[in-house]
Formats: sequence, C-alpha cells, structure tokens
Amino acid sequence: MNAIVDFLGGDIVVTAIVKTVVAFAALLLTTLIVVWAERKVIADMQARIGPNRWGPYGILQTLADGIKLFFKEDFRPRTADKWTFALAPVLAMVPSLLAFAIVPIGDHITIGDRRIDLIVADLNIGILYFLAMGSIGVYGVVLAGWASGSKYPLLGGIRASAQMISYEIALGLSLVPVVLAAGSLSTVDIVAAQAGSVSNVSFFNGVPVLEQIAELFSFVPNWYIWSQWPAFFIFLIAGIAETNRAPFDLPEAETELIAGFHTEYSGIRFALFFLGEYVHVVIISAMAVTLFFGGWGGPKPDFLPWIWPIGWFVFKTGLFVYLFVWLRATMPRLRYDRLMWLGWKRLIPASLVWIMVTAVVNTEGVSRNARLVVFGILFVIVLFWLGKGDPRLTGAVTPQRRRVHGPS
Amino acid sequence: MPEGGTYFGQYVTIGIFALVGVVLVLGTLQLAKLVAPNVPDTDKYTTYESGIDPIGSGWAQSNVRYYIFALLFVVFDVEAVFLFPWAIVFERFGTQAFVEMVIFIGILAIALLYAAKKKVLEWQ
Repeated sequence: MNAIVDFLGGDIVVTAIVKTVVAFAALLLTTLIVVWAERKVIADMQARIGPNRWGPYGILQTLADGIKLFFKEDFRPRTADKWTFALAPVLAMVPSLLAFAIVPIGDHITIGDRRIDLIVADLNIGILYFLAMGSIGVYGVVLAGWASGSKYPLLGGIRASAQMISYEIALGLSLVPVVLAAGSLSTVDIVAAQAGSVSNVSFFNGVPVLEQIAELFSFVPNWYIWSQWPAFFIFLIAGIAETNRAPFDLPEAETELIAGFHTEYSGIRFALFFLGEYVHVVIISAMAVTLFFGGWGGPKPDFLPWIWPIGWFVFKTGLFVYLFVWLRATMPRLRYDRLMWLGWKRLIPASLVWIMVTAVVNTEGVSRNARLVVFGILFVIVLFWLGKGDPRLTGAVTPQRRRVHGPS
Repeated sequence: MPEGGTYFGQYVTIGIFALVGVVLVLGTLQLAKLVAPNVPDTDKYTTYESGIDPIGSGWAQSNVRYYIFALLFVVFDVEAVFLFPWAIVFERFGTQAFVEMVIFIGILAIALLYAAKKKVLEWQ
C-alpha cells in the first residue's frame, strides 16, 4: 500500500474525488447560468424581456427546460444507425466536460496541512490535452450527422467536419507561440509566467525620458495578450469556429439545414448536444483567459486571499462569455467559401508566420519584448498585405446610402 | 513535488475525472430512459424533411472538396503535433532548432502554396 502511495506521490485519491465533484458541480452550474445569461442578454439586445417566469429574473429557466427535456420522449428514426446514434451525444458532451480538468481556476488553498491547488490535474501536457479533447468533440458532431440517416443532418455533419478540422489546425498552431514563450505545456506554468508586471520596464533603464515613461506603465500586468496578441486573435476566431457558434454556425444554419447535425435528436440527447455547446463556450473562454489574460492573476487584498484569484478568473471568463453572446447577437453568418478562405488562406498562414516570428524573437539575448515590438510591426505589414489583395472582398458589400444631414 | 502527486498521480486524477464524467452523462441518459414516455408510432420514426414524407434514402451525394480538406487537415495536424515538442525544447537548442523548423515549416508551406495554386482551397 505504501509503495502505491509513494508511486502516486501522496494520498491523492480523496483529493481527486473531492476536486472532481466540485469541478463538475461548478462547471454544470456555470453552464446553466450561462444559458440563462445568453437568453437574457440577447433578449435585451433585441429589446425583449427574455425568460422571466422561473425564479428571480427567470434564473431558473434553464433548470426548468432541463427537467422538461428529461420527460420528453427520446426517439430514434428508423433509418438511424442504432449504436452510433446513441454514441454521438455522449461524444459531444463528455470531452467538453473533461477539458475543464486542466483549467487553473485559482491559486492553492491550505486545509489543515494539505495544500490543494485549484486545478483538477496539472498535466505537464495540459495544452495538448485541451486540443485532444476538442478533437474528440468533432466526432460527436460528425457521427451525429452520419448516423441519423437523414439528409439535413448528413449535410450539417459534413459541413461541420470540414469547418471544425480546418479551424482546429489554426487553433492548435495559435497555441504554439504561447508554449514557445512560456517554455511549458502546463497551464499552471503558463499562468505563472504571466505573473508580475510588464517585464520590459527594466529594458529602458538608463534611458533618460523613456525610463520615466516606462515607470508609468509598470502597473500593467505581464499578460501574453501584449506580446502574443496575433496568437490571441487567431485563437479567439478559431475557438468561436470550434464551438459552432455565430458567426460560424454554418453546421446548424436554420434557414438551410433546419438544425444541422442534431435535427433528428430529441429529448435528453438533444439536451446533451445543447449543453455540450455551452460547456465548450465556457472552456474556450476559460482557456483564452488562462493563456492570454493571466489566468487567475489580479490584485489580491489581504481579506480572504484565496477567494480573489477565483473571483478574477470568473470575472475575466464572464467577459469572454459575454463576447460570445454579443457576437451571436450582432454578426451575420459567414458564407461557406468565405469560411474556408478565412481558415486556410488567412488564419493558418498567419499563425505559421507568427510561430516563426516568436521563434526568432526567442532565439538570442537582447530584450524579448523589444524584439516582439519590432516583429509585431512586421506582422501588421504581413497582415495588411494578406488582407489587401482579395478581389472577392472588393464590391462584396453594398455601399451604404449616405445619410442626409440636417432636419428631416 | 507539486500537490496532486507525481506524473502518474496526475493521470490517476484525470482518470477519476474522466470516469465521473462518463458516468454522469450515461447516468443522465439512463435516468431519462426511466422517466421519459415511450409511445411508438410509425410516423414518428420517419426522418424530418421539412414536414413532407422523406423522398429516397437519407444518403445524399456530397462535394468531393470536403475530402480534399480532410487530406490537407491530416498534413497540418501532424505538423502541429511536431511543433509542440519543438516549442518546449527550443530554448535549449536555439539557432539549430530554429533552422530545422524553418526547413520543416518551409516544406509544408510549399505544400499549402501548391494547394492554393491548384485552387483546391477555393470553394466554388
């Protein structure tokens, strides 16, 4: 028995079970609130009231919907492939949940003499684990479309597979420069690398005026959003495309494909697809915060020191979830050829270029940040050059009629 | 040693986490099976085609371009797999690692350029 305990590095099973239960409870609760919040925010943006019947401000609406879906008949079309049809919703939901294991939601807490890190498991290949879970999630969508034995789901499933694998490459490649800068695949290490304030403050030491100017910015946290902003934008666009949400919701474009890959699903299986999508939104938001916005980092007053990091993490993640909802309310859906054009001809080359730029910057001494500024400018030029010459974009937008000024 | 145990300890944690996740989802499905009604009806088991009876089978011909994108995906996904270990050891090898990766990415960039020139990345 002692040999096993030593091998695992301590008595971890109890901790693991407690962490697992807490993590699932927190994640599912968050998802319920996010679904409600989305309906409420979108309702507000469209000058409606939104859910307002169950609980204060309708906050229990998602729970009511969930219970309703439990009591709905869950039937399978005659043409469907029995086992694949049953497997698909599980494959869509489970990997989304599992990806949460490597998200650090706070610093460590101490109970008795036991130190507990607020992360389920600090894998040394955390980023790869996150990408792998995303890849398995694609199977859920593809198999759902294939197994239904119906035309709309089939078309939706094929569309989804092409879209998700295209943007999965951009998503993976956009994380390489971050790994390169942090020198680790562990999310805990990446958050630790973003602690403190911007490190190039010392770079200007000795230069008369710039030194004082740099001092003024010393409060700015050293997040990767400053040095890795192109990677962040590629990550964000690819992340939205991975979740199949507007403006990348082509796999379930209502006007063309009814509901896309989950047209034939009803009852609890539909609920799993639906929840899986929202869990995925929360995970992508949490990863954006972890990788580019310092994770749980933030000001930490003396009062209850362990609760502040969690608060900062929830706050930042909430902002990203709001961004997802905001995009859905405002952006029109992309056309399929534009989608492929953006993924293959813009995001993938751009992320490859940015990987090489980050590599050059990291090669030798001098200041990492100074070189990043230089190459950031270079990257803007490349982006400008890439974005300039697309003939399909010129004339694609109907010019707005100029508004006549003055009293009408 | 970090809390949560050694290398294997972390994976045991992940294993427990995964097990609970699978049990949670399967349990939900099983619970729904117990409480949901089951009223079989022939029309209920037809597929949905905008309200009319389905015509032909559920299979439709799809564009070959999807297949080409799948092939390209394999190339670039494997590339991404090689990039991660490279990114980790980069600081240790410096210029040597950089030059090697320029060659590696260069070859794949040529492949992407070739695909673009062949117009397989266009969606017409």
